[in-house]
Amino acid sequence: MTLRGLVRGLGCILRRDLRLAFRNRGDLMNPLVFFFLVASLFPLGVGPSPDVLRIIGGGVVWVSALLANMLALDSLFRSDYEDGALEQLMLSPLPLSLVAVTKVLAHWLVTGLPITLVAPVIAIMFGLPAEALPAIVATLLLGTPMLSLVGAIGAGLTVGLRKGGILLSLLTLPLYIPVLILGTGAIDAAANGFPWSAHLMWQGALLALGITFAPLAIGASLRVSVSG
Amino acid sequence: MTQPLCLSVAELTCERDERYLFRALNFSLNPGEILQISGPNGSGKTTLMRVVAGLSLDFTGALFWCGEPIDEDRPGFHASLLYLGHHPGVKPTMTPEENLRWAMGLHRNDLSRDDIWAALAKVRLTGFEDVPCYQLSAGQNRRVALARLFLAQQPLWILDEPFTAIDRQGITELELALVQHAENGGMVMVTTHHEMTFDYSGFRTLVLGGSR
Repeated sequence: MTLRGLVRGLGCILRRDLRLAFRNRGDLMNPLVFFFLVASLFPLGVGPSPDVLRIIGGGVVWVSALLANMLALDSLFRSDYEDGALEQLMLSPLPLSLVAVTKVLAHWLVTGLPITLVAPVIAIMFGLPAEALPAIVATLLLGTPMLSLVGAIGAGLTVGLRKGGILLSLLTLPLYIPVLILGTGAIDAAANGFPWSAHLMWQGALLALGITFAPLAIGASLRVSVSG
Repeated sequence: MTQPLCLSVAELTCERDERYLFRALNFSLNPGEILQISGPNGSGKTTLMRVVAGLSLDFTGALFWCGEPIDEDRPGFHASLLYLGHHPGVKPTMTPEENLRWAMGLHRNDLSRDDIWAALAKVRLTGFEDVPCYQLSAGQNRRVALARLFLAQQPLWILDEPFTAIDRQGITELELALVQHAENGGMVMVTTHHEMTFDYSGFRTLVLGGSR
């Protein structure tokens, strides 16, 4: 297969996934609404004291983004698995790992990216200083693709199970911890006026690692699920 | 490709829950042949199709494409294979045109809108090209998937119950498409409970589950 054919084939998959996402508006909006709701529960739970909210704000943004991402993960391969489209993807001459990473990219564009873009609103709601906002956007921009890549491995493994949702959370949440620590660490440093580029570089390194190896793992997990 | 096209299966055995679905199966499929896999429900027809297509890896035995083990060049085999399973991957929120374009796009990207519409016309979906598939009947959805046959360049077709939900006239047209494909040097592996009405010299039947 030529490079041109490969790019066009993957482009066809990406376009179709984005089109499907925009046709099912509910699926598109749910993670975003969930993100807002979870974040707005914290002030109700811990009380409206501005000092407390300012301290927990960065963590709340990240944990809410992480949960919203995980909520959306289950749908990443499920409908394709149920209606046979996944079989067609596996039997195409395109390499399965690249097909999988294309699907993850489409998924991130409609979940991780919108969450990243609205996260500053939540941050302002929690009274975080303006210096923290670039850190929030930057860490989410590097962190949410990593969440999607790692989560997709779990989604691939659980797609064949009828009730894979809770198992998916148990599988992927522990793997999210490094991304979470680095993200909130950077926001904390930025909010207190310290340099936060080291955190960002670590996140970038993690993402590079994820982009390199996760596609192979996602491909293998899908193969296990479909052939089982 | 130096070797002539040929699919062959050697000593294929599949065991599920301590029960043999099929055992030491040997057959080969050459250009111009149509092989119907028949047998009662649960005799392993779908499993055999999935094993040959490479979707299921739970078997012993060997599969060869053009004389080479399939494992050695899986992308090459997939490029020659058109597989239609029970669930053909037709999305209800997309139109027949979009569905067909996606399914073909996994294999080739040189199709114009006219090609797509012509294929949809051949499965008698003229006028439904841009209606969302959830508004179509089960048979029409099946036809959306079957339209791939009229655009496919792959020599090997593996069709699992393609006649499901298709009306009588549609079945006749489909049989004709299979014969035409075989006459042009293609090969077809098909499962169905329907009795084929055509009289074609390259047509053979493999019965599963008879020896149990």
